[in-house]
Amino acid sequence: MTEAAIIMRSVNKYYGAYHALVDINLTVARGERIVICGPSGSGKSTLIRTINQLEPIESGTIVVDGVELTAGGENVARVRQDVGMVFQSFNLFPHMTVLENCVLAPMKTRKIPRAEAEATARKYLERVRIPEQADKYPAQLSGGQQQRVAIARALCMKPRIMLFDEPTSALDPEMVKEVLDTMIDLAREGMTMLCVTHEMDFARAVADRVIFMDKGVIVEENAPEEFFNNPKNERLQNFLGQIA
Amino acid sequence: MIRAFSSADLFFIISAVRWTLILSVIAFLGGAVGGMVVALARTAQGGMRRRVAAAFIQVFQGTPLLMQLFLVYFGLAVIGLPIDPLLAATVALTLHASAYLGEIWRGAIEAVPSGQTEAATALSLSYIDRMRYVVLPQAMRLATAPTVGFLVQLIKGTSLASIIGFTELTRAGQIINNATFKPFLVFGTVAALYFILCWPLSLLARRIEARMRLAVTR
Repeated sequence: MTEAAIIMRSVNKYYGAYHALVDINLTVARGERIVICGPSGSGKSTLIRTINQLEPIESGTIVVDGVELTAGGENVARVRQDVGMVFQSFNLFPHMTVLENCVLAPMKTRKIPRAEAEATARKYLERVRIPEQADKYPAQLSGGQQQRVAIARALCMKPRIMLFDEPTSALDPEMVKEVLDTMIDLAREGMTMLCVTHEMDFARAVADRVIFMDKGVIVEENAPEEFFNNPKNERLQNFLGQIA
Repeated sequence: MIRAFSSADLFFIISAVRWTLILSVIAFLGGAVGGMVVALARTAQGGMRRRVAAAFIQVFQGTPLLMQLFLVYFGLAVIGLPIDPLLAATVALTLHASAYLGEIWRGAIEAVPSGQTEAATALSLSYIDRMRYVVLPQAMRLATAPTVGFLVQLIKGTSLASIIGFTELTRAGQIINNATFKPFLVFGTVAALYFILCWPLSLLARRIEARMRLAVTR
């Protein structure tokens, strides 16, 4: 077992002729919380989507929890079991209840018996503070509740790493806080987290490191204090000026 | 020798409905299996599978069902199999239904938002589990109304089997008409029987569609 949770070395990704990720090198330690920000189209979502191979890469290596991803199909399945992901648009399965959403993957991929999977699911629904919604369908919940279900669903696989792809961008303002609070709880419990988000208060509160991307390149990375108070790169200075 | 149209003739025509139904059911079930294979191949990652499935659909949607019937019927004879109209009709109608259902279901599968597949993939579900538990249940809801609609087309399409000499509803009508020469009465009866088979299905399709619209706006 290596010390790092994620190692990315010289990762390149193209969409046709468009160079979406340019020579990305990134090492994430176990338990580290990283926030990635940048203008739209900067490659930040693409970056975290390569970690569970929702986006294949053209060159470079990605090692997740000591397992090299680029080696082949079987490794991908193993890595995905250990990497949870939360999407901007929730992506709950609309034809299943909240509880069914949560138990599907543990039962099918981890072969956990239903009773045990349900007990785990109820535990995590409790943790994201919506245990009473277990038997409802996603469409019956508010956006914030749906996103918390999505977080619980990912946690039910007992992942060691969690990826968040703009988890609050599709939410009404009054629901952002409940989702961020859930994420902060998770961070305090020592989960390794990579979050693409523009919630700078969240970054200040929990991030160990903040990364700024532009045009597929990691332009600057630093501890939040230094990142926000003393940005060196001009593009980052502009970016922070715009969102503040 | 022209004789009068009797109740025995009517009974003969009505009892031929069962062959139309048997033909429809076999073609639909076979087409469901074939259509699922075509739809999955058409939406698969592999370029080769997609192209083969696309070509299959093009060929069977781009040629008349009657030609397909002829090809299978006379083709069977060429490769030395006995010319059995029922076998030929079921094979041709099954291939025909596979192409159309495959195309309907491909559309339904592609209409399921890609985020659903992504979420299932991120949860490490295998291709089969993703399809079985996440994508297909949602696609089937979208596909039910057009599938029932196609079943109506298929029932009417079985009438072409009369041309290769299979005695289903239409052929039974021809036989009786040849003996009685009462075309309006005979073919009117035949048409009414098709209508009795198809109309409830059309109503069902419209009902399902209306329910779908409600589900979408919910």
